Amino acid sequence: MNQREAPIIAVQDLWHTYLAGTPLETQSLRGVQLEVFAGEAVGIIGPTGSGKSTLLQHLNGLLRPQRGEVYVRGNALSRRDAAVRGVRQSVGLVFQSPEDQLFERYAGDDVAFGPRNFGLSADEVRERVRSAMEAVGLPFSCKDRLTWELSHGQRRLLALAGVLAVDPLVLVLDEPTAGLDPQGRRALLRVLSAWRKAPGRALVLASHNMEDIAEICTRVYVLSHGHVLLQGTPREVFARDDVLAPNGLTVPAAMAILLLLKARGCQVPTAALTVEEAASAIEAVLHG
Amino acid sequence: MSSVEESLIRTVGLHYTYQAGTRSPVAALRGIDLCIAPGDYVALVGANGSGKSTLLRHLNALLLPSAGDVRVAGWSTRDSTHLREIRSIVGMVFQEPDSQIVASVVEEDVAFGPENLGIQEDELSERVDWALRTVDLSELRHRASHMLSAGQKQRLAIASTLAMRPRCLVLDEATSMLDPAGRRQVLETIRTLHHDGMTIVTATHNMSEAAEATSVVVLAEGCIAMQGTPREVFAREDELRALRLDTPPAARMAHIVAVQIAGFPTDVLSVGELAEAVAARCAVPRG
Repeated sequence: MNQREAPIIAVQDLWHTYLAGTPLETQSLRGVQLEVFAGEAVGIIGPTGSGKSTLLQHLNGLLRPQRGEVYVRGNALSRRDAAVRGVRQSVGLVFQSPEDQLFERYAGDDVAFGPRNFGLSADEVRERVRSAMEAVGLPFSCKDRLTWELSHGQRRLLALAGVLAVDPLVLVLDEPTAGLDPQGRRALLRVLSAWRKAPGRALVLASHNMEDIAEICTRVYVLSHGHVLLQGTPREVFARDDVLAPNGLTVPAAMAILLLLKARGCQVPTAALTVEEAASAIEAVLHG
Repeated sequence: MSSVEESLIRTVGLHYTYQAGTRSPVAALRGIDLCIAPGDYVALVGANGSGKSTLLRHLNALLLPSAGDVRVAGWSTRDSTHLREIRSIVGMVFQEPDSQIVASVVEEDVAFGPENLGIQEDELSERVDWALRTVDLSELRHRASHMLSAGQKQRLAIASTLAMRPRCLVLDEATSMLDPAGRRQVLETIRTLHHDGMTIVTATHNMSEAAEATSVVVLAEGCIAMQGTPREVFAREDELRALRLDTPPAARMAHIVAVQIAGFPTDVLSVGELAEAVAARCAVPRG
């Protein structure tokens, strides 16, 4: 495999057990295979308890492989001497409700925390804060505002800026839009898509919101009981309602309506992922 | 929504200001008048920061008004002698389940509230069984609560609230962290509880969920901007957009289709209703 084709992250036969050897032992991952290439937006869907969050925490070395391997830019994370610090710089992890983890009094200080910790000069830190805040659409002047004065949506963008300020190659997000109002959600998805388009970058997001996945992902993994059931483009994956439904997953509302129509005997194509695509499919049926 | 006399919860001129008396007060609620009757199912929608959570926290006296009044079953929430009754009438479920789970084992968490009220063993186990069954967690009753996933924890939080046998269940974005199946189960739970007479007040950013309620209240900057049945409120797409909100996906599709197809209904709320409308107009359904 040549340099260009090597994945940034490769997960091979990854297993993880919580509280192994106790009565509360829980098998979370059972042989997961996953790859993330530059330029991709990889979606991970799966019912609660399917192992999504456990998998995400392996991608930047927060959890280390118990069995199997995780490679980040060639670093094998099961090795005790793995360069975890470098891995954490390459792979930025954004937890659920990251705004709950803001702790600085001033917004700018929170964004600066990461770069400062990685030992950058004051000027470099300032520049990182500026570009990270710009990337998420917060004006630089926001840096002097009190963290708690910002709205919920702004605080989430601020938390995201704090991760972007470390300048990662891969951004890993757990339920990034949960709890945001419809416009805040759209704004965040726009920020993520735009960020990902710079060369060499990739996005990994776990979400219960199939619309999020349909809108911004280029490839989707379906996780169930700790292993990958299915992977492909959103169109390929959401065409497999036979796999999704038994696992408690749904297709985007746009596709759901077309599937319902088909079930009722209307001859409609059912590949639509967005509201606009579904509407034109419906128009075609009604004109036909 | 109902007349004043028969309300279970009533707010009158409710104002609330965070950091009141400091140099940077934040007026979160600015005159809310709301009547919630027994058996109502009210969805509260509004942009982040519009005051939804602040309003919900007034409904069982977690917050007390800066001005105005909140009455639960006739008692003012300022009257601390009835705090216990108010809290047992109005049960709260929050967005973040971790903050509500107190016991290390699932069934013990559900039993915690009623046990503290001195409920006797027979009724206690009956309540715990019922609550766990209602949220579909019976099989996990012996599981360590910290080992549950986010969706399971949220259902546990609901069960623990239900075990207190409240008359009104208040949910603050309680489904926002759930997977589609978990969301469906919780919505089904809410539907069943509503059907059995429970009063439901739920704040949500999911417009399809709000469309299931019997009335929708739209908050904007601490005031009620719109109020009505889901059909009435979601017909006002442009106004909702201006308030950073949206309509359910089925309604958005119907609006787009109606531009091309004369006479296509724009007041559909659900995927099922939209399919109905299309099927009714499918001239020759083939296949």
